[in-house]
Amino acid sequence: MKIIVGVKRVLDYNVKARVKADKSGIELANVKMSMNPFDEIAVEEALRIKEAGNADEVIAVSIGPSQSQETIRTALAMGADRGILIETDEQLQPLAIAKLFKHLVEKEEPGLVVLGKQAIDDDSNQTGQMLSAMTGMSQATFASKVEFDGDHLKVTREVDAGLESIKVSLPSIITADLRLNEPRYAKLPNIMKAKKKPLEVIPVADTGVDVSSGLSVVEVNEPPKREAGIIVNSVAELVEKLRNEAKVI
Amino acid sequence: MSTLILVEHEGGEIRPATLSVVTAAAAIGGDVHLLVAGSDAAGVADKAAAITGVSKVMLADSPAYANELAENLSALVVKHAEGYSHILFAATAAGKNVMPRVAALLDVSGISDIIEVKSEDTFVRPIYAGNALATVKSSDSVKVMGVRTTAFDAAAAEGGSASVETVEAGEANDKVSFVGQELSQSDRPELTSADIVVSGGRGMQSGENFAMLDDIAGKLNAAVGASRAAVDAGFVPNEYQVGQTGKVVAPDLYLAVGISGAIQHLAGMKDSKVIVAINKDEEAPIFQVADYGLVADLFDALPELSAALDS
Ligand SMILES: Cc1cc2nc3c(=O)[nH]c(=O)nc-3n(C[C@@H](O)[C@H](O)[C@H](O)COP(=O)(O)OP(=O)(O)OC[C@H]3O[C@@H](n4cnc5c(N)ncnc54)[C@H](O)[C@@H]3O)c2cc1C
Ligand SMILES: Cc1cc2nc3c(=O)[nH]c(=O)nc-3n(C[C@H](O)[C@H](O)[C@H](O)COP(=O)(O)OP(=O)(O)OC[C@H]3O[C@@H](n4cnc5c(N)ncnc54)[C@H](O)[C@@H]3O)c2cc1C
Repeated sequence: MKIIVGVKRVLDYNVKARVKADKSGIELANVKMSMNPFDEIAVEEALRIKEAGNADEVIAVSIGPSQSQETIRTALAMGADRGILIETDEQLQPLAIAKLFKHLVEKEEPGLVVLGKQAIDDDSNQTGQMLSAMTGMSQATFASKVEFDGDHLKVTREVDAGLESIKVSLPSIITADLRLNEPRYAKLPNIMKAKKKPLEVIPVADTGVDVSSGLSVVEVNEPPKREAGIIVNSVAELVEKLRNEAKVI
Repeated sequence: MSTLILVEHEGGEIRPATLSVVTAAAAIGGDVHLLVAGSDAAGVADKAAAITGVSKVMLADSPAYANELAENLSALVVKHAEGYSHILFAATAAGKNVMPRVAALLDVSGISDIIEVKSEDTFVRPIYAGNALATVKSSDSVKVMGVRTTAFDAAAAEGGSASVETVEAGEANDKVSFVGQELSQSDRPELTSADIVVSGGRGMQSGENFAMLDDIAGKLNAAVGASRAAVDAGFVPNEYQVGQTGKVVAPDLYLAVGISGAIQHLAGMKDSKVIVAINKDEEAPIFQVADYGLVADLFDALPELSAALDS
């Protein structure tokens, strides 16, 4: 069985996003970019499934500009077997991303697709669900535990009131939540080896997939700033302020 | 113009999140219709019909809808989507599971987490953990969207008198089945709708120490939340997590104890009316968003606070 795993190149989670002066988006020139943290968890899960003998090959897929090859190399250094970049300089919506993944699913016929629950740049939380709806593969989102049971999976999911578990048949789409696993670091020898692993680059136009979108960004603004508060000197002063000034208790 | 909303309910009650979605629909304008999918959910449909601003309720009653399985709910919504200009969901774990499927099945973009309605086709949503607000415009024939419920007040649960119509249920998907759930038992208010939230971070050091926060929460009728670090360390269960990838809260008072204030945490609470931080490190970034900061060791401050609340 093959596993496809999505690895998106995003602004590093430690970098504070800054809105461009012309309000067209976020400043991404000369800032640190990294693999979406949820995708590191997705890669780790795919590798563990392979290491447990439940899959033969892990394919890391990214959709984005040429530099996204670095993100794929990171996944290869963690242990993925090969990579595919669908190259585009456009910022695509989850609908288009999901259609491109569907194109690869038809070509590669994976038993599993593991994606992150959300990308920390656009925070959409859509791609996995869309891909499931488009392909008819079963859906197991926000996964915190994945167990194999023959041709089924038992997946524990993080929901608003706690945890829930569902049983899904393969082929399936999983989206990784934070507590699914702790991703490994790539070791230096593996980083060297990763340079030799196959990485196929497909221009988006060659896929024949319609990536047009009905959604456009009018402008991007800074959120309103909170006014600076005060430092109180004691618990007594804090309680007094909350009772008489803020009137919230 | 008309809007269809998928109702969220449990134990025969409509979740407050749905009431906020009704307010978002009212801001868009046009008729507001609700779809209740459930097993033995006639009582829920009657409650939905009483919500102010709703003109019609559709009820699809089937065991297939007992456990909010996304495959079954999305197929049902699409079956009844004809003619609607907007289809809205609450941006809850359940809503986020279904909304993108409906968008994909209708071949339109999904719009996640809207916090403002500018016009019938233009909406504002936070991106980059709320460090930027994107205004987006949709030319799709139907707008399929998730609504961030903290950004819209709840519509009145009473006062409406909509008609209830029973509609055909869809088939149950055979690739997925519900196994079980482990829900947290608490007599405290629900985190996302509580007026006061008391949250602890890594500084709490252990799950046992959260009893100090529980005690204060009890006195304030507050919900208890946590940072990711506290959840990852196993102090409290996952559903306590506030932040970019946890729950978004906007209470009247948010008390952050032993939380440093990472951007991912701030994303989930910085729209609170009043923020209080207790941290022993005066440089902690949480103080930059706090209305009232107390630089103190929490193990001294919390017992003092508990005593002060009694007087
Ligand atoms: C300021 C700004 C302006 C934008 N302007 C435009 C615009 O003008 N036009 C436009 O079409 N879009 C625009 N976008 C949207 C685009 O950049 C987002 O990437 C897109 O919406 C995908 O959302 P997401 O990554 O949050 O998806 P999610 O659904 O949150 O992603 C979930 C998972 O899907 C997988 N995945 C998602 N994307 C990829 C990928 N590229 N490669 C590999 N795996 C992936 C990953 O596993 C990820 O964890 C804009 C976004 C921003 C922030
Ligand atoms: C993809 C991704 C998603 C994330 N999503 C979230 C999210 O949704 N929510 C979230 O919260 N985080 C999230 N994080 C994690 C976030 O980056 C921080 O790591 C986390 O919020 C830190 O938690 P903390 O403030 O409890 O711990 P720390 O940063 O370790 O801070 C502990 C604080 O406690 C104080 N302290 C210690 N002892 C005492 C004492 N005795 N008295 C008083 N103060 C004391 C310290 O001074 C310190 O400021 C995410 C990270 C990533 C990469």
